[in-house]
Amino acid sequence: MNKLPLIIKREYLAKVRNKSFVIMTFLSPILMVGMVVLIAYLTKINDNEKRIIGVLNESDFFSNEFLTTETTSYVNFKDLTLRSAKDSTVRLGYYGLLHIPRAASLEQVSANAFFYSKEAPSSTVLERLEGVFQNRLFQQRLQNLGVSAEEFAKVDDRFEIKTATFSGQLNLKGINEVKAFIGGGFGYLIMMFIIIYGGFVMRSVIEEKTSRIIEVIISSVKPFQLMMGKIIGTSLAGITQFAIWILSASLLLFLVLLFFGVDLAVLKNTPHLAPGMAQSMSPMDEDMRLYAMEFVQIPWFMLITFFILYFILGYLIYSSIYAAIGAAVDNETDTQQFIFPIILPLMLAIYVGFFSVFSNPHGPIAIGFSLFPLTSPIVMLMRLPGGIGAGGVPVWQLITSIVLLVGTFIGIVWLAAKIYKVGILMYGKKPSYKELYKWLKY
Amino acid sequence: MNNILVTKEVTKRFGEHTALNKVSLEIPKNSIYGLLGPNGAGKTTLIRIINQITFPDQGTVFFDGEPLNSHHIAQIGYLPEERGLYKSMKVGEQALYLAQLKGLGKSEAKKRLKFWFERLEIEGWWHKKVQELSKGMAQKIQFIVTVLHKPKLLIFDEPFSGFDPINANIIKDEILQLRENGTSIIFSTHRMESVEELCEYIALLHNSEKVLDGKLSEIKKEYRNNIFDVCLDVKDGDSLLMELEEKFELHSSSHNREEGQLEFTVELSFADSKEILAYLSNRANIVRFIETVPSANDIFIKTVQSKEVHE
Repeated sequence: MNKLPLIIKREYLAKVRNKSFVIMTFLSPILMVGMVVLIAYLTKINDNEKRIIGVLNESDFFSNEFLTTETTSYVNFKDLTLRSAKDSTVRLGYYGLLHIPRAASLEQVSANAFFYSKEAPSSTVLERLEGVFQNRLFQQRLQNLGVSAEEFAKVDDRFEIKTATFSGQLNLKGINEVKAFIGGGFGYLIMMFIIIYGGFVMRSVIEEKTSRIIEVIISSVKPFQLMMGKIIGTSLAGITQFAIWILSASLLLFLVLLFFGVDLAVLKNTPHLAPGMAQSMSPMDEDMRLYAMEFVQIPWFMLITFFILYFILGYLIYSSIYAAIGAAVDNETDTQQFIFPIILPLMLAIYVGFFSVFSNPHGPIAIGFSLFPLTSPIVMLMRLPGGIGAGGVPVWQLITSIVLLVGTFIGIVWLAAKIYKVGILMYGKKPSYKELYKWLKY
Repeated sequence: MNNILVTKEVTKRFGEHTALNKVSLEIPKNSIYGLLGPNGAGKTTLIRIINQITFPDQGTVFFDGEPLNSHHIAQIGYLPEERGLYKSMKVGEQALYLAQLKGLGKSEAKKRLKFWFERLEIEGWWHKKVQELSKGMAQKIQFIVTVLHKPKLLIFDEPFSGFDPINANIIKDEILQLRENGTSIIFSTHRMESVEELCEYIALLHNSEKVLDGKLSEIKKEYRNNIFDVCLDVKDGDSLLMELEEKFELHSSSHNREEGQLEFTVELSFADSKEILAYLSNRANIVRFIETVPSANDIFIKTVQSKEVHE
């Protein structure tokens, strides 16, 4: 009779019923959404500060350009000297005073305009004021040249060189970064999953050792069965948790947005463009459309297939190492020296991946790390959104990487099982690397 | 085939260290077999080999006449010395899990567990968590789980540690009952008094080798030293003692003149006991005349020490 399903079931239930697991599972989305809402809310509050700005306008070029907005209102001082205007601003507790002097031309007026305030003014306030001047100057210059706004819009056309592969496929500048970012997201997910659930596997092995149940179990099932059952059961619990997180987080976020009307755009921090500049937006819209098209064209099916493949292989490799570590030690404090060498390739994969794959997905470093089995699950996924074959990852690299990964998987699981088998029955001492090596020969 | 388990020249090495060196044992069916030896002698390694937790480097093990294989796991019940339970699992659920790992079906396991829980009067524990149980209570659960699948061979490693005397007796009776029902039992322990009480056969391991094995009663005969412990009620003790010292090989003696009691130990060849009894019965009242049979503990210590002297 196959006992693996029994073990998987027990490990899964033991994990899922654990109080801290339940709390983590249901609290995390609330915390995550809470953070997003809090940040959005705080950002809004930060901007919500009502500012009153005094305007002493002595020129003829500006009249009603300064429109009161949600956060800023303007009070016009009339027939005051600069000195008394300053005094009034301070006395009335206004945010600052904008002085627009009298001069013959708009250029001169603008050049001599000053903003006085108690402290260095906030950049949003300055940007808004500068925008008004800039817009005014822009229109003035157009007029001087005798060009209408419509005519200018025709002239002001941005140019970008089109790029394509030799096979004629159109490329989009910056899309490499976007693609690497998507792949990086998958890679990052794999890393997080390995670190969190690998740690769970390890603690579960240690628990079996410290509770001394291990020898009872091991007299009924093979150590390898127990190890694999543990790894699979724990990862199923992890997948359950991830699924609950993703579902509930998106649901919660949706609800929160619906009920509180928090504007997520606040987070995006895009500078508000002056009305006059809006016309230059259209080429960017065109880009966005292309990006969107490219985004849809990313081979999602292939990507997800390979994500699952690399995920399973990578996770099995790392979690069996975690299981071996758990078997080798008696308590969690002894695990540090063994864990660092595991986390190292993962970190390296993420950082090297982000830097080298972003700048050049087909550079030697990117290729090297996407072939090396301990980093390939992460780095190869960063490269894969570019497609396979022409313009993407060459087929030979993909095959080499998978073959290396499968080979390593078999080798590592075999080694880990050996250490596991010996380690679970060893009590009372913290082994050195040398001893671990000896165990392999038992 | 009268042996449930036979090991032939079983050798196991861990790196440089030899844990078992050509150990051959024959464990008869339907008996209680004591596996004795000081710490580190190789008992646990041997037991783990029988349970197929580890495998011998050389030699073979036969279970009920067949070379040991993975099908036999379901016919062996093992209560390890280092034993525990999952702390956060409920008692019933856990017992069910362990029984299923031994190959029992769920409903059959439940039925048998119910029987045993009633027998040991722990019906109320089913929904308790293990961490709420005392050590002795947990041991009872472990005992039940070990015997639940009705194995042909039971292996108990220090079964009484952790039990108070009352519960230890309950478990001892259960072990004897299991033997009555036809189970063969290997019993590994340091507690020699329980060996005397329970075991018909023993094997003594020392420094990875078997130094002694066989039927306990026969081993005791072999180790008989023909020393008799004698106590006499006598008036002229001093003169009798002097005569005795001339005629027999006296080891030690003490004389309480006020109460007229003379105690001594004497070494005789077995046939001579008639002669000394006849001689004594004419001279004094015999309070006691006992052959001092070596205890299992004496044999254990003597064998181990003589081995160490030789090495």
